Amino acid sequence: MNQAAGTRLTAQLNRLVDFAPVLIALLLALVVSSVLLVALNADPLAAFGFMLEGAVGTENATAETLVKATPILFVGIGITIAFRGGMINIGGEGQMIAGALAGTTIALVLGDLRVPAEMAKTPGAFDLLIVASALIGGFLAGALYGGLAGFLKAYFGVNEILSTIMLNQIAVQMMNFLLNGPLLDPAVAGFNNIPKTARLVTAAQLPRLSLPLGDPWIFARTRLHWGLIVAIALAVVIYIFLWRTSLGYRIRAVGENERASSYAGINVKRQMMLSMFLAGGFAGLAGVVQVLGLQYRLQTDGSPAGFTAAAGFNGIVAALFGGLNPIGAIPASAFFGGLLVGAQKMQREIGVPASLITAVNGLIVVFVVSSEIFILQRSKRRVSLQETNTPVGTGGSDTPLNPPDKSGGSDTPLNPPVGTGGSDTPLNPPDKSGGRRDSKSEEAG
Amino acid sequence: MGLDDIFTASVFASAIRLATPYIFAALGETFAQRSGVLNLGVDGIMLMGAFGGFYAVHLAQTAGVMAEPLGLLAGVLVALIVGGLMGLAMAFVSVTLQAKQGISGIGVYLFGLGLSELLFQQWVGTPKSVAGFPRISFPILTDIPILGEIFFHHNLLVYVAFALVPLSAFVLNRTTFGLMIRAVGQNPEAADAMGVSVARVRYATTTIGGMLAGLAGASLSIALINLFQQNLTAGQGFIAVALVYFGGWRPLTVAAGAMLFSFVNALQLQVKVIGADIPSEFAVMAPYVITIIALVFATKRQEQPTALTKPYERGE
Repeated sequence: MNQAAGTRLTAQLNRLVDFAPVLIALLLALVVSSVLLVALNADPLAAFGFMLEGAVGTENATAETLVKATPILFVGIGITIAFRGGMINIGGEGQMIAGALAGTTIALVLGDLRVPAEMAKTPGAFDLLIVASALIGGFLAGALYGGLAGFLKAYFGVNEILSTIMLNQIAVQMMNFLLNGPLLDPAVAGFNNIPKTARLVTAAQLPRLSLPLGDPWIFARTRLHWGLIVAIALAVVIYIFLWRTSLGYRIRAVGENERASSYAGINVKRQMMLSMFLAGGFAGLAGVVQVLGLQYRLQTDGSPAGFTAAAGFNGIVAALFGGLNPIGAIPASAFFGGLLVGAQKMQREIGVPASLITAVNGLIVVFVVSSEIFILQRSKRRVSLQETNTPVGTGGSDTPLNPPDKSGGSDTPLNPPVGTGGSDTPLNPPDKSGGRRDSKSEEAG
Repeated sequence: MGLDDIFTASVFASAIRLATPYIFAALGETFAQRSGVLNLGVDGIMLMGAFGGFYAVHLAQTAGVMAEPLGLLAGVLVALIVGGLMGLAMAFVSVTLQAKQGISGIGVYLFGLGLSELLFQQWVGTPKSVAGFPRISFPILTDIPILGEIFFHHNLLVYVAFALVPLSAFVLNRTTFGLMIRAVGQNPEAADAMGVSVARVRYATTTIGGMLAGLAGASLSIALINLFQQNLTAGQGFIAVALVYFGGWRPLTVAAGAMLFSFVNALQLQVKVIGADIPSEFAVMAPYVITIIALVFATKRQEQPTALTKPYERGE
């Protein structure tokens, strides 16, 4: 029975990468939001039209969509790692703030060191050092903040959903304290302004991004910045990490079946902390990149979303919408960035509040996780087909959940996890070197 | 500034008042979790209940069609219905569709957060206050020094919340329905074999949980704060879920945890009022830090319902 349950769980997670739930969810969300719009006396077609126009109608609109998508993508990559590792990380908001606080502090301190120096006008290695230190510092701060929740889960059994929610609140207060005190911009001290830090020196800012097409270059006059490129590159890196390295494989194995992983000799506690550490790190990057690339200072209205603009939550939606796959998170983030920007246009044009998007995001989450049952039923049929040795057109070397060291043969991920032996069972920990070698040959071939 | 300035009667009284929404929501969540359903969308349901209740009272009072007590009653009913419907939806998603409960709950939360704000902006616009449940003055009792202020000068919903605590404990521990809830949460296969419908029990508890979450929201918007605004609950529903873990899934200890949390909160407010030399941000974060620490110790001590978050499927 355990074995059957294990298979079922494996199958269930395998099918997460299927995008069918995403399409179902999108369709349902479209229907429900149309109903909502009609109920609010708005014409759904006009509303969607304005949203599309607001999202990608002009060069600037498209840039704004991508600007909004950037933090969502960072958080989404992190959430993907956490969810794949079986950790439900709700702490994106707090981890973003932790990363922003650390990264901004580093950028301000190093920026102060640089400015009075005589080399102020010559961009050089030190500038790169400022940006790199701030990014790494932001990553580490978020990672430690997320890792704390992983630690509490691994060693004290504290539910990570609850601890990350508490840590969100704590981070917001910490930010409010620091922005009203130690980090407050000296220029506005004493005035009853929005709490904010001093502005970063130019050397500490991420450069703007434009594409060398046309004249002037595309996006040359927009707020689009290099954070987007960093995020996309890291999405690819994390895809390779999760599906082509043995460490990534161990994280996913724990997420699929904690007990079986433990029997297979995987240090479950360490993987839990690692997946939360990485998830927090990416949220931290989201935070610091918002400052370095866009706002050039950390400021807040005192509310939880005052700085993050709820990217910590929207990242969850994007991760699910991307099929819990970092590559899938790229278009998913762009989609949600577009929704957020487009909704503002809709609000301006026909007066339907942009908070409609928050509600629709919630529906999409519910729909995505709810429609998994249909996928599950389909995969059950696949299992029974396989048991009678009927070939099914799945599998192939690109099936994402296969362990890196699988060596041909029956390589479909639906094998029973234990007892069939052979290096191709999904839950056998891959031999490290073998795994790497195989995966390389796989990519070559 | 001494301890006398901090531990005043009004601090204890406000601790009791502040505990009200937590008690409603956490008791409801206790029912759901004891049957094996983790409803993480409590905060979203609270927001919808808060808006529904507020809007009903707002309409009743601006139109003047109803006498005040009736309007308030309508507010409570609307909150219960809205909360119940959302609980029912959560039950459908997690029982029938077997969706992952932690994640689907976040979806319900976002939905409630967005929709309550949307409807508020569309139908009300700017924050307006309503005349909520008035404080009750009891003959003699309210005039007792100190104790009168602490215990006998609250609005009706405060007393309802505290009355629900022993009632919930009784239902869970001493009735057939309670036995079914516990059986379904502890060993659904056995319960099923005994002829208890796992799905029906979980639908019932999750819907009850939703109704109580809706009421928790209304206790804010028409009894304690008497207004609605965007994200009125500010995460109180999540705290309620934490309190269920903290209280070991037993109504009495869950309510005790709610009291402790609210007491720390009331202290925090008082520390701000008397201008103590503690940055207010640290005072605000204190309850959350304490909750995490409490969870560290509580989780080691307690056994959670075995089937919590696990969908049940016949014939496995």
